[in-house]
Amino acid sequence: MSILIDKDTRVLVQGFTGSQGTLHSSQSIEYGTNVVGGVTPGKGGTVHLDLPVFNSVNEAVEQVQPNASLIFVPAPFCKVAILEAAEAGIKFIVCITEGVPTLDMLEVKKIVDGSDITLIGPNCPGVITPGVGKMGIMPGEIHLPGRVGIISRSGTLTYEAVKQTTDLGLGQSSCVGIGGDPIPGSSFIDILELFEADDQTDAIVMVGEIGGSAEEEAAEFISQNVTKPVVSYIAGQTAPPGKRMGHAGAIISGGKGTAEDKIKKLNESGVVVAKNLLEIGSTIKSLMS
Amino acid sequence: MNLHEYQGKEIFAKYDLPVSKGKVVTSLDEVEEACTDIGGSRWVAKAQVHAGGRGKSGGVALCDTIEEVSDFTKKWLGKRLVTYQTDKEGQLVSCILVEECTNIADELYYSAVVDRSSREVAIIASSEGGVNIEKVAEETPEKIASISLNGKDVSKGDIEKICSTLKLNETQSSQMEHIVRKTVSMFFECDLSLLEINPLVIKDDGNLHCLDAKINIDSNALFRQKELQEMHDPTQEDPRESEASKYDLSYVSLDGNIGCMVNGAGLAMGTMDTIKFFKGNPANFLDVGGTATQERVAKAFKIILDDPEVKVVLVNIFGGIVRCDLIAQGIVAAIDEVGVEIPVVVRLEGNSAEKGLSILSNSSSKIQSKNSLEDAARTAVELAK
Repeated sequence: MSILIDKDTRVLVQGFTGSQGTLHSSQSIEYGTNVVGGVTPGKGGTVHLDLPVFNSVNEAVEQVQPNASLIFVPAPFCKVAILEAAEAGIKFIVCITEGVPTLDMLEVKKIVDGSDITLIGPNCPGVITPGVGKMGIMPGEIHLPGRVGIISRSGTLTYEAVKQTTDLGLGQSSCVGIGGDPIPGSSFIDILELFEADDQTDAIVMVGEIGGSAEEEAAEFISQNVTKPVVSYIAGQTAPPGKRMGHAGAIISGGKGTAEDKIKKLNESGVVVAKNLLEIGSTIKSLMS
Repeated sequence: MNLHEYQGKEIFAKYDLPVSKGKVVTSLDEVEEACTDIGGSRWVAKAQVHAGGRGKSGGVALCDTIEEVSDFTKKWLGKRLVTYQTDKEGQLVSCILVEECTNIADELYYSAVVDRSSREVAIIASSEGGVNIEKVAEETPEKIASISLNGKDVSKGDIEKICSTLKLNETQSSQMEHIVRKTVSMFFECDLSLLEINPLVIKDDGNLHCLDAKINIDSNALFRQKELQEMHDPTQEDPRESEASKYDLSYVSLDGNIGCMVNGAGLAMGTMDTIKFFKGNPANFLDVGGTATQERVAKAFKIILDDPEVKVVLVNIFGGIVRCDLIAQGIVAAIDEVGVEIPVVVRLEGNSAEKGLSILSNSSSKIQSKNSLEDAARTAVELAK
């Protein structure tokens, strides 16, 4: 088994006919993902990438029975798109879009938390189960089916961790980019829980960064609940305080959210912290042999 | 996006919050009229910059005559104010806020912020105002009321907790309730990420009053906050940072000599860390983003080269969405256009990396392509020495 995506995942793409939706849907299909159709309001009844287009998620659910949704709609419309998928009964939603207002996410998160829906993102690369399917924008070819579970707040840093584990022949069970926003749909903890229970995952890489306290909360959870080896890397060890480093979530404010604090807490919780970006793969390998 | 104090107070006034009568002056000629309009015989002059710690740095003055207000204006207008929150260059003072004088009996603290852990808006209020709130939280946590709202709802219990922590009497408590409800409405309606009143004061007549106003707006929400967006003051930013933001490039100036161009915020931070690990010093953080075009890459390059400290440029691209051959074309175009005199070390990986590398190897002799980040970072550090 893998987490979140398996051979029974039937993917609907919201924002299907836009340029990002088109590019990444076709790459996902090429990778072997079971994409069953898309939604673009006003374009219902047409065909795109040889698949049916619907005006609403409800219509799509009736006709092609998706059980997952991948969202590329522009940031101002993401709140509505996520809630539309949720109301239509989709239980697994991945939102790739960058720039969703924080207060929109507060509202969305409240609704999702009170349900059995898993939301990943926004502002994330998505989720991939190598060799099975991908819902996201990651380059499929750097992945290798294997036994390391990867979780990350950053897109390109996930790729870096993936490449290192691929080069060393370890491969990945699943990779989840939770996104760099202050209010993500799923936290490190949500995904750690899934990897701990997944029999295809032997070890976990958790790539964090400065800002917020998600890594500290994850460290606490790991010390109590995770038996598998966990390797972490924290980006932004040399970032100056008070400056936002690209991601809305990556800012050291009032002495909080520093890499130093996070690394200390992770070490105390039994997590092995790679001392630089280049050693993520070799560190996890040393724990697995 | 940050606002100036005077802009924050304009919004406070719209929400019927108690602020001082004041006028903004942008030239010496306006001082006399401003003081006369405000009235009274004492004024407070405050230099407007996007940074705290102004009082301790001479950026706030109590003035007994119009002449003193003029002197303060003459001293600061167009100059740069350095506080513990700014860099050593300081921030440009492009206007002065002149206000009526407030007689203070006590200083309190009030703020509203998005709390990531509870995923709610949180209110923090303290009986210790005008000081560093983190310090109060550490040393005397009993002086702080911290409340996580339930959506936009403020309950009676929330108000009671705040008022009892601040030890307010009945009249003040009803004023506090008004402040809490109005600031929460403002927070949601204006898409704020931070609202801070430090200090919130009790005047000598017993009434609550907002003596300062710090407002931070969620940049992601500016598309629906056009009026607030117009309050943006680019003079408060590093000129290279604001030039970069026009092109959707995320740039932060640092004090080293290795220019960095990376795709993705996380990898950009990781690249800076790697440079430091090999004992080098990054000159900047720069994320070219996921949808980098040739034009944006060329622009990014120019911004990096505009920093005279930069001795070498390290390009680290892991192509997921972004195609490495487009990045390579952008680099070549920028080098042709700007005329680069310093070495450029490039590591390309992922989407169309091989195509990109062949474009680079057929162009300028200034470019060194490397197969791994380790090689690239080591080479850049060596060349920057």
